[in-house]
Amino acid sequence: MQELDTTGLGSVRVTRKSDNVVVIEKDLATEQMVLAMGPQHPSTHGVLKLECLTDGEVITEAVPYLGYLHRCFEKCCENVDYPAVVPYTDRLDYLAGMNSEFSYALAVEKLLDIEIPRRVEFIRVIVAELNRIASHLVAIGTYGIDLGAFTPFLFCFRDREIILGLLEWASGARMLYNYIWVGGLAYDVPSDFLTRVREFVAYFRPKTVELCNLLTKNEIFVKRTLGIGIMPADVAINYGWSGPMLRGSGVKWDLRRNDPYSVYPELDFNVPVPDGKLSVVGDCLSRHLVRAFEMDESLKIIEQCIDKMPSAEGFNPRSAIPKRIRPKAGEVYSRAENPRGELGFYIQSDGKSTKPIRCKARSSCFVNLSAMKDLSKGQLIPDLVAIIGSIDIVLGEVDR
Amino acid sequence: MEEGKVFSQSVQQSAAAYAIIHEKFGAAVSAFDANETMPFFEVLDTALWPDIALFMRDHAKLKFNYMACLSGVDYQAEEKVGIVCNIESLGLFNHKLAVKVKCARNGGSIPTVAYVWHTANWHEREAYDLFGMLFTGHPELRRILCPDDWEGFPLRKDYKVQESYHGIKVPY
Repeated sequence: MQELDTTGLGSVRVTRKSDNVVVIEKDLATEQMVLAMGPQHPSTHGVLKLECLTDGEVITEAVPYLGYLHRCFEKCCENVDYPAVVPYTDRLDYLAGMNSEFSYALAVEKLLDIEIPRRVEFIRVIVAELNRIASHLVAIGTYGIDLGAFTPFLFCFRDREIILGLLEWASGARMLYNYIWVGGLAYDVPSDFLTRVREFVAYFRPKTVELCNLLTKNEIFVKRTLGIGIMPADVAINYGWSGPMLRGSGVKWDLRRNDPYSVYPELDFNVPVPDGKLSVVGDCLSRHLVRAFEMDESLKIIEQCIDKMPSAEGFNPRSAIPKRIRPKAGEVYSRAENPRGELGFYIQSDGKSTKPIRCKARSSCFVNLSAMKDLSKGQLIPDLVAIIGSIDIVLGEVDR
Repeated sequence: MEEGKVFSQSVQQSAAAYAIIHEKFGAAVSAFDANETMPFFEVLDTALWPDIALFMRDHAKLKFNYMACLSGVDYQAEEKVGIVCNIESLGLFNHKLAVKVKCARNGGSIPTVAYVWHTANWHEREAYDLFGMLFTGHPELRRILCPDDWEGFPLRKDYKVQESYHGIKVPY
């Protein structure tokens, strides 16, 4: 067998596979390259910048840079009265304004120790769950776009439009509602509202199946998400993950169940957790599945609320609102289950002022995103897009 | 815990968890402040905070595996800044406890717990960014929400906003 002449090729490795096949491998030096993704990259869902250190297509390190949308939410809160914080909370997670307001109202009510009329509680839960569906529709729709599926996005936005219409009817605004006030609501729901909500529930139920067939069972979508960005349950807890992200890792933890507030203990609903049959527990697909299945549960909750709700006779949505909100000195940390996880408010009151001394928003996206460094290590660049999409960040809440 | 007052079950759970910590660390932790909204204790010996944190996370009867929130606070009257950590045992015992750690207002530092709970990493960066306390041993202590060259710590009560930033007038 003749030896190959490799002069002039530099350092090479010659492997003879068979008589006719010779593999010559040239020693190519790889070089690390910095790839800045964002702040205006379409798949970062807002103004997030990721500085990726790449070796070819593989990411060795991705460092997130935030703060492009920082609006001093916490400083603003210290300068306004307790009720005036509510419109600011809308602007935290602007895709789920109702849920943010709900969480803030719960925190102040806990500090005030006041009773809320039952009808108010049910209306709050209905609008919050409607908003949760709307938020998940955006999450799922834009996730499809990230991975190259455009049609589901249009389907999602068509259905979301109906919810926004309903919420606009109740509150007067499409996204920044200022509807749930401390101690009550801005207005009662319009007289025909509940019938329309029931109609929406009947309309939307088959649509979730349609969306499932279109996206969740789509082979290309599954190939892009299955087994990507796996997060084990214990690490997820250590990172402080919550909401669909934590449930995606197989931890059955839902604040509506495990740390119940409002009327949730009376309602019957499931907490969907991936079982590993359709996806690898903890991967991007699991997180998507949790969101997709949660919409069905929200529909169940809404239906039950409409059935159980006390009538509007003699109802004043502002009856429990104190004339002057001045909680006694103390601190509270109160949280609620948002579409993106646990939104908590740490509020400190000195007992004299009508303004909070300190009001910190514990943002779920902020905490979920902090795992990005570990999650992206060793992934391919296209998979990084899949991972960011599955975290479902809203930069309004990350940067506050 | 004050005698003669009836607290809810969740506060009693917190008190039981505190008793285990107090037994181990004694005078390094303050008395337990039992209240319905947020039961807490304070770490008096700041240097022991990481040990207490590890003990809380790993003790068989405590298992505080989840840090829900870490907020910076400015205690202007005491000439101190500090952090309030809301920690709980997620899915295991379901008890919650808040821990306060304080340090001097100017040049004070608190040991980091980013190695105990990963989530503390970004929360501590945020507290440093807005209040200016240092976290010794933190893997990457730099500003997170404000720009790197911002002056001052915005959430301090005596904060005065800088006149201009890169030639742009800041107060309006």
